[in-house]
Amino acid sequence: MTATLLFVQALNGLQFGLILFLIAAGLTLVFGVMDFINLAHGVQYMVGAYLVAAFSAWTGSFGWALLLALPTALAFGLLLEAIVFRHLYDRDHLDQVLATFGIILFLNQGVKFVWGAAPLSVPVPELLSGSVEIASGLLYPVYRLAIIAAGLVVAILLYGLVNHTRIGMLVRAGASNAAMVSALGVNIQRLFMVVFGFGAMLAGFAGAMVAPILSVEPGMGDNILILAFVVIVIGGIGSIRGAFLAALLIGLVDTLGRSFAPNLLRLVLDPAAASQTGRAIAPMLIYIFMAAVLFFRPSGLFPVKR
Amino acid sequence: MTELVQTEPSPAPSLGTRVEIVPIFLFAAFAAAPLLATVSGAEGYVLSLLTRVMIFGIAAMALDLILGYGALVSFGHAAFLGLGGYAVGILASHGIDDALVQVPVALAASALFALVTGAISLRTKGVYFIMITLAFGQMLYFLATSLAAYGGDDGMTLPSRSLVAGFSVLKSDFTFYWICLLCLLGTYAFSRAVVASRFGRVLRGTRDNATRMEAIGFRPFRFQLTAYVISGMMTGLAGCLLANQAEFVSPAFMTWQRSGELIFMVVLGGLGSLHGAIIGAAAFLLLEEFLPEILHAASFFLSDEVRDHLAENWKMVFGPLLILVVLFARGGIMGLLRRPRHG
Repeated sequence: MTATLLFVQALNGLQFGLILFLIAAGLTLVFGVMDFINLAHGVQYMVGAYLVAAFSAWTGSFGWALLLALPTALAFGLLLEAIVFRHLYDRDHLDQVLATFGIILFLNQGVKFVWGAAPLSVPVPELLSGSVEIASGLLYPVYRLAIIAAGLVVAILLYGLVNHTRIGMLVRAGASNAAMVSALGVNIQRLFMVVFGFGAMLAGFAGAMVAPILSVEPGMGDNILILAFVVIVIGGIGSIRGAFLAALLIGLVDTLGRSFAPNLLRLVLDPAAASQTGRAIAPMLIYIFMAAVLFFRPSGLFPVKR
Repeated sequence: MTELVQTEPSPAPSLGTRVEIVPIFLFAAFAAAPLLATVSGAEGYVLSLLTRVMIFGIAAMALDLILGYGALVSFGHAAFLGLGGYAVGILASHGIDDALVQVPVALAASALFALVTGAISLRTKGVYFIMITLAFGQMLYFLATSLAAYGGDDGMTLPSRSLVAGFSVLKSDFTFYWICLLCLLGTYAFSRAVVASRFGRVLRGTRDNATRMEAIGFRPFRFQLTAYVISGMMTGLAGCLLANQAEFVSPAFMTWQRSGELIFMVVLGGLGSLHGAIIGAAAFLLLEEFLPEILHAASFFLSDEVRDHLAENWKMVFGPLLILVVLFARGGIMGLLRRPRHG
């Protein structure tokens, strides 16, 4: 029983980790290439979820909704870049934190304004509904497996894009020395725009994918944003590979910690105390993990060489 | 552009009388407010709003001490508000309801937390510092949500305000107001003394150029950590007051959004002037309180339904306002009061 539970929780952790990766990938690139703290990345995830909710109510099909939501999320990211972010690139981190915090306030209220404060729900697409038996007597929802698959596919595509294309090369070069890339005649403003829009689209994609399994509500991006920051700080800012590994680690540590910390503590404490402290420690685990990583490696596990 | 920012001189000792008028005026306004509150008729409301302003003024000023004078962007400062609040709440729920015990415990807890997390955080620089302070803040937040014995997510109501040496003097809103003003004055005077001292000068030196300070024989780490602990303790004190003001503590004291709001207060008021932070806190809280009504009044030409809708969604105005302040009002409110120096 415990082995199956472990397996199911590991799958959940993997799925959570891959969603985190989709968000963190854009964030780490924006951070690495532009040295820009974008707190508004979490609301872009929320916007993705809302777009899918709106489009699937309109078209009645999750597939079409996804197809429509992605370019809209991209356009929205580019719009934000043009209106606000562009003016903040040469400001210090404090200004960036504050201005993007303002965007969070605006958009969290904005979605309430447009769609109301009540959570929306998106039906799981027909094709991917139901469960499969992945081991004897163990049913697992197909849709969650689909998220894992989609996450892995995007990760592989991103790996190819960043490591084996010209634009990817420019992005990597930008992450280690943006001024030099600009001096070599690359239009750095346009590169920034591309990275930004792409990151916003990835976050929107993550939001769209989880919309059927979570409730779509204002503020849903706030906590996941913090987790994405934890991921990119552990992984090393600007490193896609670091973000991938750290996202999976955080996904697994968080999910497994929540379900097994009380049980593990039972070995050393009496049951009541164990379940109490277990529940207290579990949500703190990833932050303790992050503090430990930064204590030993102050610039993350995979620092980008500068 | 960036060069100008970096070479901006630290506030010289001789700021001139022009700026010194501001804190005197500020504290005079706080002292006169209770009289006006009595006249206004809505005494309880005005007093509790201004008490909150002063409490957040203490917290914002504490943050300004490390943010404005040490360039340490702590994104987890609300944790100290929570520590102070929970120290009061937890002790009160065990029957220890005297502020003479609660406040020292809160200060000790804040100092300890600041010492440990500061020692770890200060190993990192820049963005990593922002993120690790955020992580520690979140850690405490989640700890508070899981304290089932003390209300968990919902928080807990205090049985009553703290006693002082066995007397329930804080019960009266007026006395509580004066106590808060006293705390504000005390922490302000203390912070001014810290900033003016040799310690403060070294701290400003590390803000402007840590490498150079090291070269002339200082260890920035020790100075920054001390400042971080002082700032944490002052914010802890604000937390004690806040718990008493609301007679309630909850994890909402220490959400990361609250930390962001504290930073905003400091920047809105103007970095590195201490009283600027108090003005920023006042401006923030008053704006939060009255923006719905201002919007309602300003949109008189629209239909009632639209006006209500607008007032209800005041945050959609508040957010862009924040962005505009960052983009165009550099130096915050104090920057506007001060004479332009660089032209």
